[in-house]
Amino acid sequence: MTIQHIIDALGARIVHLEEPERDVTGGYCGDFLSNVISKAPADSVWFTVMNNQNVAAVQTLADISLTVLCEGIEPDEHLAARAKEKGLNMVVTDLAVYEAVKAVNG
Amino acid sequence: MTALHLEFDVAGNNFVSAGSASDEVKKTLKMLGVDAQFVRKVAIAMYEGEINMVIHAGGGKAAVDIYPDKIVIVLADHGPGIPDIELAMRDGYSTAPDAIRDLGFGAGMGLPNMKKYTDSMDIQSTVGKGTTVTMTVNFAA
Repeated sequence: MTIQHIIDALGARIVHLEEPERDVTGGYCGDFLSNVISKAPADSVWFTVMNNQNVAAVQTLADISLTVLCEGIEPDEHLAARAKEKGLNMVVTDLAVYEAVKAVNG
Repeated sequence: MTALHLEFDVAGNNFVSAGSASDEVKKTLKMLGVDAQFVRKVAIAMYEGEINMVIHAGGGKAAVDIYPDKIVIVLADHGPGIPDIELAMRDGYSTAPDAIRDLGFGAGMGLPNMKKYTDSMDIQSTVGKGTTVTMTVNFAA
């Protein structure tokens, strides 16, 4: 599955998209960053409602392919800037986390 | 023999720069061709340590020595110290205030993650003086 496939399935809004054809080979849902950085597999999609700049640090360090901000939660200005600066793939969906996962895997 | 020595100042209470030292170390290891599984372990452990210094200690210094077969990371701060290290090491134990939890930290998994993703970890802490954490990750299966 590619990042573009997930974006299409969610009808997601793009915060920053650098690698639409990058493979996504797993997934993780969570908001506590220590859990995410430890448990989200490399090259995964991460569903969260956390929207501050620390999300970018965790996505970078854990090699997460795509971050999906759920429930229509937009990134704060620092996170949006960091996603662009770091070349991170990041989108926003209006769906709640459970519904978003269902939409991607349905 | 030290192959490469890196030093970083970690600013306290600054979440804009938090993680930048870990990111630099990660990039360096990738550039040196270190296997991805070890790079990931180092990135996780060092980020947790860096964040601890940002949240709890008003910042500190990170000294990193990269050898051909391992990396040694020393995180030193002059923060309040850890009164009970055994308690601090427990999964889920956290002293982070609510404002920090709102940022996604304070799950009580920082120190446990550092131990889990390193081959050795030593904590020396004196209340009122500070904490030094030394972590080693070996680059071998």
